[in-house]
Amino acid sequence: MAGMFIDVQVDDAVAQDRDLSKKLVDVCAVDIFAQSEDGALQIVDKNLDECVLCDLCIQAAPDGKVRVIKLYES
Amino acid sequence: MRFYEYESKALFAKHSLPMGERAVVKTKEEARAAAEKIGGPVVVKSQVLSGGRMKAGAVQFADTPDEAAEKFEHVLPIVVNGEKARSILIESKSKLVQEYFVSVTWDGRRKLPVLLFSDMGGIDIEEVAESHPEHLSRTHFSTFLPLTPRLAKEAVGKTGVTGNDLNRLTPIVFELAKLFLEYDLTLAEINPIGKLENGRFIVLDGHVDMEAEARGKHAGLLKELGIGDDETRQARPPTPFELEGARLNAVDHRGVAGNVVEFDGDLGLIIGAGGGSLTLFDAVRNHGGKPANYCEIGGNPSVGKVCNLTKLILSKPGVQKIAVMMNVVSNTRVDMVARGVIKGCIEAGKDPGEVITIFRIPGSWEEEGFKILAKHGVEFCDRSVSMYEAAGRAVAKLKAS
Ligand code: SF4
Repeated sequence: MAGMFIDVQVDDAVAQDRDLSKKLVDVCAVDIFAQSEDGALQIVDKNLDECVLCDLCIQAAPDGKVRVIKLYES
Repeated sequence: MRFYEYESKALFAKHSLPMGERAVVKTKEEARAAAEKIGGPVVVKSQVLSGGRMKAGAVQFADTPDEAAEKFEHVLPIVVNGEKARSILIESKSKLVQEYFVSVTWDGRRKLPVLLFSDMGGIDIEEVAESHPEHLSRTHFSTFLPLTPRLAKEAVGKTGVTGNDLNRLTPIVFELAKLFLEYDLTLAEINPIGKLENGRFIVLDGHVDMEAEARGKHAGLLKELGIGDDETRQARPPTPFELEGARLNAVDHRGVAGNVVEFDGDLGLIIGAGGGSLTLFDAVRNHGGKPANYCEIGGNPSVGKVCNLTKLILSKPGVQKIAVMMNVVSNTRVDMVARGVIKGCIEAGKDPGEVITIFRIPGSWEEEGFKILAKHGVEFCDRSVSMYEAAGRAVAKLKAS
């Protein structure tokens, strides 16, 4: 579920990639990403509005595979 | 951070200031035993942090140990300005021929400590300043240059005290000024210093306030005096609202959002930055507004932290609207604070556009913040609107509603 201000969308292929998922968990300073036991990526809904718009997750993934959406711009 | 009288006196005793025999007691039996040990008439004094003990009847006199026990029972339950006694101080009662006043505090305008001395102690010093200004001396001193007894002598001498009295009062006044600097105090006061029939002087009542930021530096002294780390020691005990604010601030290490002080007005304040809190609080009052709280936000608080603070302030009975205002900020993210207050309003069931009178936080990421505020219909402004003007707009909007 999206936050009140921010939504983060990740393509399935990225979410299933253990290494890339770990990278996303590592780069996000406000814990928006987590990994389940099988290594799959999870979005931590309650932290979405803490996104500082640093774009590190976008840079960590292949072009366009991670999207940070400012809901207040729509 | 305020000290109880018995703690102030314990600090004075460390510095050999002359005082009567005394004991802190918690039971009737202890009161009787203390009075017996002291011998002769005693004073039975409630230990509270606020003033007005005498008026409330929380200071009594007793001639015998039995009477001291009786007075203990009378004084203990008295609530002074909403505060219950922590303990009772039993102290020898001295026959006085004159009372004096000495206080060391900060002069905010001169940015220097100031030593106030009067030969009319025991009464309200503001009254002395107004009706008998020649009996009150004001002596500023430096925090860099060495403090000398000469300064204390000058302060006492300016009120016309001479001879033996001048020589005997000087070391007491000098020691108090030294204490003020040594322990980072914001107030060190003795009122009164009593002159006994034999010409000696003793400290009868004293107040000490320590700068809260200096707690760590003086941890040893505080431990010695029995002051716990969890004791905030404001002029009155913290209210549930203030305790909850402190809790919310403590659970998230990011930034500051939650140092609140409760007032009984109708305008909730989310304010801060570089002295901004005090300036904005005063500005609101200056425009005829009634703040519901004082608060400090700064650093980079998380959205959740600001949201929780907003909900806390909105939950306070009597709060109709809030104002979100800061000085120009360099590191606080405007957009994060905007998200936090809007989220707080919505989670509290309020329309942010209705309940936020004004949002004035000029600083980093303000363009992003303004987009969020505009989307939710919140009135905002940038640094071209002064803090004073923003406060005025907030008050006017509340009054018009
Ligand atoms: S933009 Fe930064 S803060 Fe936001 S989700 Fe990506 S890494 Fe986390």
